[in-house]
Amino acid sequence: MSEYIVTIGLEVHCELKTESKLFCSCPNKFGGEPNSHTCPICSGHPGTMPVINKKAVEYAIKAGCAIGSRINKFSKWDRKNYFYPDLPKAWQTSQYDLPLCVGGEISFEVNGEEKTVHMNRIHLEEDAGKLVHSGGHTAVDYNRCGVPLIECVTEPEIHSADEAVAFLEEMISIFRYSGISDCKMQEGSIRADVNLSIAKRGEPLGTRTETKNLNSLRSVRRAIEAEIARQTDVLESGGRVVQETRHFDDASGTGYGMRSKEDAQDYRYFPEPDLMPVVMTDEDIERIKATLPELKAARRKRYTETLGLSAYDAEQLTDEPSVADLFDGTVALGANPKKAANYVMSEIMRKGKTEGEDGITVGVTAKQLAEILALVDKGEINLVASKDVLDKIWQSGMSASEAVDALGLRQNNDVGEIEKLVRDIISANPGPAQDFRNGNEKVLSFFVGQLMKATRGKINPKIAGELVRKLLTCS
Amino acid sequence: MTALTDKTLLEIKSDLAAKRVSSTEVTKAILGQIEDMKHLNAYVTVCADQALASAAEADARIAAGEDAPLLGVPVAVKDNICTDGIRTTCASRFLENYIPPYDAFVVKKLKEAGAVIVGKTNMDEFAMGSASDFSAFGAVKNAVDPTRVAGGSSGGSASAVASRQCYAALGSDTGGSIRQPAAFNGVVGLKPTYSAVSRYGLIAFASSLDQIGPITRTVADCKYVYDIIKGHDKMDSTSYDGDLNQGETFGTLKGRKIGVAKEFFPSALSSEIKSAVEKAIGFYEANGAEIVETSIQSFDMALACYYILSSAEASSNLSRYDGIKYGKRASGCKNLRDIYYKSRTEFFGPEVKRRIMLGNFVLSSGYYDAFYLRASKARTLIKQDFEDALAKCDALICPIAPTTAWKIGRKVNNPADAYLEDIFTVPVNIAGLPGLSLKCGEDKDGLPIGMQLIGRPYCENTLLSLGEIFEKGGRA
Repeated sequence: MSEYIVTIGLEVHCELKTESKLFCSCPNKFGGEPNSHTCPICSGHPGTMPVINKKAVEYAIKAGCAIGSRINKFSKWDRKNYFYPDLPKAWQTSQYDLPLCVGGEISFEVNGEEKTVHMNRIHLEEDAGKLVHSGGHTAVDYNRCGVPLIECVTEPEIHSADEAVAFLEEMISIFRYSGISDCKMQEGSIRADVNLSIAKRGEPLGTRTETKNLNSLRSVRRAIEAEIARQTDVLESGGRVVQETRHFDDASGTGYGMRSKEDAQDYRYFPEPDLMPVVMTDEDIERIKATLPELKAARRKRYTETLGLSAYDAEQLTDEPSVADLFDGTVALGANPKKAANYVMSEIMRKGKTEGEDGITVGVTAKQLAEILALVDKGEINLVASKDVLDKIWQSGMSASEAVDALGLRQNNDVGEIEKLVRDIISANPGPAQDFRNGNEKVLSFFVGQLMKATRGKINPKIAGELVRKLLTCS
Repeated sequence: MTALTDKTLLEIKSDLAAKRVSSTEVTKAILGQIEDMKHLNAYVTVCADQALASAAEADARIAAGEDAPLLGVPVAVKDNICTDGIRTTCASRFLENYIPPYDAFVVKKLKEAGAVIVGKTNMDEFAMGSASDFSAFGAVKNAVDPTRVAGGSSGGSASAVASRQCYAALGSDTGGSIRQPAAFNGVVGLKPTYSAVSRYGLIAFASSLDQIGPITRTVADCKYVYDIIKGHDKMDSTSYDGDLNQGETFGTLKGRKIGVAKEFFPSALSSEIKSAVEKAIGFYEANGAEIVETSIQSFDMALACYYILSSAEASSNLSRYDGIKYGKRASGCKNLRDIYYKSRTEFFGPEVKRRIMLGNFVLSSGYYDAFYLRASKARTLIKQDFEDALAKCDALICPIAPTTAWKIGRKVNNPADAYLEDIFTVPVNIAGLPGLSLKCGEDKDGLPIGMQLIGRPYCENTLLSLGEIFEKGGRA
């Protein structure tokens, strides 16, 4: 089996998170009552015309800038004509021969090795609607019609399912960091087509098949593995792979052919007469490029090399752009990087994770978090109390200091007051006091625990510990 | 005294403004005329109730001292221009029950100007034809001679204006569809520069060629309506955002140059039409204009170029009529393919089917380069030739059509012959230029002969001035 070389090219469709659709002002929002996010334009009423969403063009160019594409200064629109009920105009407005972005590359790590895949192009196009089948009928929901999509096409430089998945993970991270897409697989906002062929080493490329519309990393992996196995079987038993479009069924884990090359649709592409070409100057492109934030790989590198974090911590912190932004912001406000990293990875990521959902909700600003850390640092509150503060300010505009006062959590550092409390606790617990005098050091933490309990965590545990030892020793 | 319906648009407008007559009276007179002229079949839909309601509203506004450019004036709109709440059929079975949920830009403009829309005019199905006989609602008849065609595709608009069934009508022109029917009915038609009038709400035939324009009885009326409907529209991103008044308005021909290309008078042209246009040229020369000999070498490419490009775009534009959404669905469909196949077979007429097939053919892989791509290159050449010719003169002059209105039914089964009707009009659409059509004579049967003035982009005023001068003195 292993004597075959696998060659894979990916076409990734990724929905852009613009406020409105590509050609009309309907909201670009997932879900909603069927056909509630529609208007005469996106439902293809006779006589309507498209008006381009400039933000979508900007986002597509931003995607290109993020992966080092060349941006075409003259780009145009074309109609891809085909009949299907989810496509109300019976053509998809897309880009054929002059896409917005050409070339580029994505580097990523796979099984401990660095790998680079070159991109062929990125173009902008509109999404189609959805068919809803139920009770023997089919209905059509146009809510998704006209949602802006970028189609990102790789060169055929991927050679395994591992590489394909690692590539997609990196691409998703880049697009999420760029702020152009949420890349939510379960909402279908990113979907991949896999072009795959196999051939023996030294021989020309084999015949490829295209498996369409894979909407999770798991399906991509399974579809590739299944297709490699299938093509290998065909060749091993003396057959020939037929060029065809295939569908992968997630439930059964198998793929099946949908149509062969002979039945391939003729899309009759021609230039869209209802839209003007997109003309970009160098200044336009530079302006868009300047809005790109620091991407994941660069941050990871900076966290380990400049901030001295471990590779593991750097990976954790950069997984979510919003988390990395919070961390960076907190450090910029003077927090100690290691303490901030630990706090973010423990408290923020625990609190921000919602069951069954991708990603992390960051409910505090860098300013709020930096203040919590500063209060802990100065001994105004302790770490235990800081969690209550975090709960209080989560998704509110309250400052940490206001929350500390509101909760009455400000730590008591007054030695005289604490000494009085310690004396009371000791006299209330003669047994354990005697244990300490008999040499049982562990009892010390019992007393501190009792004190914390009695004061609801408000006293400084360090001062309290020292006083307990002192008073037990000398009385 | 002139009957109300016989007045020009500007006359009735001033009567209304001076309260010499009410919009309700005028509208009733027009509705009466529509009833009397029913045999011409100029309208697909007459909206008497809405029209009388708008007329009453206009009367109230006039009484309150308000004014607007078309306040209370009855006008008609071609049935491929969307009207909110009023069915818009494109004279097709497919859309016979289609009620648009919005107004076209030009309809909004008319309403803002206070116009009373009396109805939707008949046409060739989806604007494909030159006689208005390919209509699902029956052929339109010529206002001058009802045994003859009205021209097309805006035949209903032209026949309605000529027979006093409205004071002005909007048409659309993809390859001559305003100018040729205007000429056949002896009225004035303007195809504006491509992009001068928003196409938003015009049901597309060939998007890169379609333009909306006015059909009126006089050149002055034509200018008046054009000034109301032109202008940039953010809903049509191909509409022009610059100066739409690049031409000049003038009252004398001194210093004006009128170009005549030798290709404009082919040997097959009828001698009556040739001499009528030559007489018009003679008028301009006699009144001080200089006649410049010029040439449009690519002229004979235009017809083939037009039928390739327009059919290609039409095949795509008309794909949305699939029986799934709005419009009609054939009965007895068992599956999706049935819905497409049966609906499109049943509800499209023969000419529309011909163009869709032609369009799909020229775009299909293996033929694209030989047809669509070559036609696109020819378009560039034609544009360039017109630009060169118009650099040497203010306007070009030529016939509108090689014949006058023919007997109804004569060319229905001879599409190639009918396509030849368009040789003088399609090059103007391909070049994206403005073209004004007006009557310059009559043939031996008393049928109107039309001439065409072609101008530089956004120089409609130049054409309208030339037209007005001719209208005042040239026809005698």
